[in-house]
Amino acid sequence: MRKFLDYIIETVIFICGMLSIIFVVLIFSFLLKEGLSFFKDFSFIKFITNQFWYPNSKVPSFGILPLICGSVLVTLGACLIAVPIGVMSALFISEIAPKGVRDILKSLVELMAAIPSVVIGFVGMVTIVPLVKNIFNLPTGLSAFSGSIMLGFMAVPTIVTISEDAIRSVPWQYKEGALALGATNWQTLRRIVLKAAMPGIIAAIMLGIGRVIGETMAVMMITGNAAHVPHSIFDPVRTMTSTIATEMGETVRGGMHYKSLFAIGLVLFLITFIVNFIADLFLGKNKNL
Amino acid sequence: MKNLVYCCFIVFIPLLFACDNKAKTDSMQIKGSDTIVNLIQVLAENFVQSHPNLNISVTGGGSGTGFASLINKTCNIAMSSREIEEKEVVLAKQNNVEPIGFKVGLDGLVVIVNKGNPVSKLTLAELRSIFMAKITNWKEVGGQDKTIVVLSRESNSGTHMFFKERVIKNNDINSSDEFTIHSLMMSSSQAVYDEVLQNPNALGYVGMGFVNNKIKGISVSLDKDNKYVYPTADTIIDNSYPICRPLYLYTDGKPKGLVEMFIDYALSNEGQKIVMDTDFIPLKKN
Repeated sequence: MRKFLDYIIETVIFICGMLSIIFVVLIFSFLLKEGLSFFKDFSFIKFITNQFWYPNSKVPSFGILPLICGSVLVTLGACLIAVPIGVMSALFISEIAPKGVRDILKSLVELMAAIPSVVIGFVGMVTIVPLVKNIFNLPTGLSAFSGSIMLGFMAVPTIVTISEDAIRSVPWQYKEGALALGATNWQTLRRIVLKAAMPGIIAAIMLGIGRVIGETMAVMMITGNAAHVPHSIFDPVRTMTSTIATEMGETVRGGMHYKSLFAIGLVLFLITFIVNFIADLFLGKNKNL
Repeated sequence: MKNLVYCCFIVFIPLLFACDNKAKTDSMQIKGSDTIVNLIQVLAENFVQSHPNLNISVTGGGSGTGFASLINKTCNIAMSSREIEEKEVVLAKQNNVEPIGFKVGLDGLVVIVNKGNPVSKLTLAELRSIFMAKITNWKEVGGQDKTIVVLSRESNSGTHMFFKERVIKNNDINSSDEFTIHSLMMSSSQAVYDEVLQNPNALGYVGMGFVNNKIKGISVSLDKDNKYVYPTADTIIDNSYPICRPLYLYTDGKPKGLVEMFIDYALSNEGQKIVMDTDFIPLKKN
């Protein structure tokens, strides 16, 4: 009887595990099917190098270069903001802060991860956007820079939690050894702890990037959605995700526009896949430490 | 309006008793313009409340689709945001169809700027140049030396389509002119309004319902020699404001029976109130 129960539970767990794999495979194959059929009618090179995104025009033009530039620019900006803040906070939480402060900080950071992105977008729209406009004297605050700031906030919790784990898993002997040799606290942190935890920190950054590049709602509300190749981070940009989100609702099923959105999804999937793959590589390295 | 076969908008009004009482069910097909599909849908929903044995299906697809199915006799009423074209009338005659149009409402767009912006009037040609980025600085149209921030709606919105047809293409259906790539595509009219509210350099367009005294509507003229007209319900009703268009329902011959009742309902005070509630302009002032 006990064996039978064991068997049932094992099977259920097995099925659940398989299901998640099947779902991913199904989603991916659907994306492939719809996305690839677009490239039968439209060349891939033209798709990613053309500068004009006019899917509904009389002579439609499907060029996602501005969208790729938009996504990359916003993501880079967000990283510049989130990486220093995130890594420093992780160091502070795991190495410097006293126990009481550490617990509070940790739960606060985790709470930050729970803020829905539409709320972040809304808050950004009414606070950051006018602020950026006035400080930098721009024509409009709806820009890649505003988007980067808000997305930076969204990436910080991911980066903090995972790098904190990595930093804490640095064996204490390393630290004590360094301190015993007369290194100062800062020298120990910088030369020993950070170095040993680096693969984990890089993985954390990559996962943070993955979250930022796939983010839709907040960028849609803040970045201005102008489909042109930006000249500076203060230009309005349009990202791949917000294009898919805003245009999917009204496309004709099976039409060129519909398929082109799936093709964008495919490009986006490729990018996040590469980012996650790099993160996995580094996470694996961390385990061997 | 090109391949707008958005057949997605099929609205069946379920009749609870229709199943029991099959013999008495009437049905009516309405097809056409995507712009007013929402309005007609609301009208239909209210209309069937007083006619429980009637089944109305409202489908989008574009004004052209509506006329095509009226000519093919696959719909009872065609919705349209333009008058019927000459060649469609000819086609209809060949099929023994006599299209008769009824104006049910008006659609007008207001170009808005921030209250702090000194510009208060523009010609259609200037608007077109601004939205195509041929004019990029406010001083070229009498304002300050500031970059114009052009706000547009997403390309799937009916507002976007109408503005493109009326202003950018200047009613020329063969034109392939487009909004500038530098225009900011806002996800809703509310977002356009919000940005204009806090940005003195911004210029956008919204439906009449969004205009209030916190922002400034632009008076528009056909060209320099004509007078600039401020968009109000009055100037849209008397057709002096240029960025507006009538909305039609077309029937085959003089409407009879339920079709006539439906059109009468759309033109009644109750129907015209729905026109106003769905952000269009009623034919007459109440």
